[in-house]
Amino acid sequence: MPATTSGVMTTPISITDALLYSVIGMVVVFVCLFMIYLIVKIMSAVYLAVTAKKKAAAPAAEEKPAPSPAPAPNGRAGTYGELKLVDVDERTAAAIMAIVSDETQIPLNELRFKSIRRVEQ
Amino acid sequence: MNIGETLSRLVETSGFTSMTWQQGVMLVVACVLIYLAIVKKFEPLLLLPIAFGVLLTNLPLSGLMHPEFFVPPDGGAPDYAAVLHSGGLLDYLYLGVKLGIYPSLIFLGIGAMTDFGPLIANPKSLFLGAAAQLGIYCAFILAILLGFMPNAAASIGIIGGADGPTAIFLTSKLAPNLLPAIAIAAYSYMALIPMIQPPIMRLLTTEKERKVKMEQLREVSKTEKILFPIIVTIFCVLLLPSVAPLIGMLMLGNLMKESGVVERLSKTVQNELMNIVTVFLGVTVGATAVGSNFLSLDTIKIIALGLFAFIFSTVGGLLLGKLMCVLTKGKINPLIGSAGVSAVPMAARVSQVEGQKADPTNFLLMHAMGPNVAGVIGSAVAAGFLLAAFGG
Repeated sequence: MPATTSGVMTTPISITDALLYSVIGMVVVFVCLFMIYLIVKIMSAVYLAVTAKKKAAAPAAEEKPAPSPAPAPNGRAGTYGELKLVDVDERTAAAIMAIVSDETQIPLNELRFKSIRRVEQ
Repeated sequence: MNIGETLSRLVETSGFTSMTWQQGVMLVVACVLIYLAIVKKFEPLLLLPIAFGVLLTNLPLSGLMHPEFFVPPDGGAPDYAAVLHSGGLLDYLYLGVKLGIYPSLIFLGIGAMTDFGPLIANPKSLFLGAAAQLGIYCAFILAILLGFMPNAAASIGIIGGADGPTAIFLTSKLAPNLLPAIAIAAYSYMALIPMIQPPIMRLLTTEKERKVKMEQLREVSKTEKILFPIIVTIFCVLLLPSVAPLIGMLMLGNLMKESGVVERLSKTVQNELMNIVTVFLGVTVGATAVGSNFLSLDTIKIIALGLFAFIFSTVGGLLLGKLMCVLTKGKINPLIGSAGVSAVPMAARVSQVEGQKADPTNFLLMHAMGPNVAGVIGSAVAAGFLLAAFGG
């Protein structure tokens, strides 16, 4: 290969050398990105395996039947997670929560509803 | 007091009488670039400061910038003592380009804005990002054929990486005298991607290939997103130490974003720091475009070679996309291959638009983001190789 002057190569090279540099350059890029591909594959496989293991261990606790909610005095109430619905069906509750989120400009996952109760006028 | 003599002296010491025809032409060029940035919105965030830098440096006697301090006519080392003693404002700011500080800081901001999720979900995208570096080497060979020295040819070739900061980083190290032409070509072609790529995409793909719908990407966990920048930095820098400033900063920015523990820093590098550096980078790169150097046949060759590089990078990505489409029995839409040319997110948007033209229900954007961000890594690796090969 040609010599360099003051660090940077400023002497002409032949077209054969240019082709050779180009082939090596493309190979370097492919090898580097292929190695990253392998690393990502291994990383994902390890992570998914660990997650699957954790999930397999978790159901034992999760599958325990949840205690049934205590019946409301008038027999028309139910609980949904921590949310207690009284005289309100699921669809209406979902609509109310969406409206509150929209009006307050607070994302749904940052809002905590304790109970939704129909108020008789 | 002789008023006539005073007025005569005033005229003689004004810039009007000192202006050369090259400076006059460059002022027109600067005004055209300002027009393109403001009216046509061609990469205005960079083109506007670059154009104004061109304007400032070509105003005679302003003394803002002395490119000859950095690239002495005898081809020797930069005269930093002269910069400190007799430099102008833009000379001082240009040190950030010369020392490779600004491109690396821009990469820090890009990293903080980049989501590597689509790439981690579909790591095959990395191959498309590699294939789309083809134009760099094709342009390099052609530049050698046209009589450029290897350092200049490598700097011209990197335009095909479609990555402005990488092009500036490499050129400032290998061929600083070509910096303005290469930077302007790189950013202009990046802005023109929606015009350059679609005809090539339609030419190289069939209607059936363009209609291919890709499977939805899996969800990528936070842990994977945090591990990715750390692992890539260790691996890439060990393989190609010369790429450390670019990949290191890119991945630091990304780690700041993904870790979620330094939100203030992440926001700062994405916004304030990125904007400040963009101003300095743009103005000083533009200021190196002095008429006597810029108005040459080499500049025209560089502009033509830059277009050639862009075209061949697009072709490289598309051809590998077609091959992957065949190998996966039609699970990969070849259109996402053209997004491997970096230019985030413009190239991915072009893939999306072309995909939707073939089938309005086709959504390729997230799939194209994988090769798109892979292209950023690919072009940085290519620059690292060229720097190692020709930088001494």
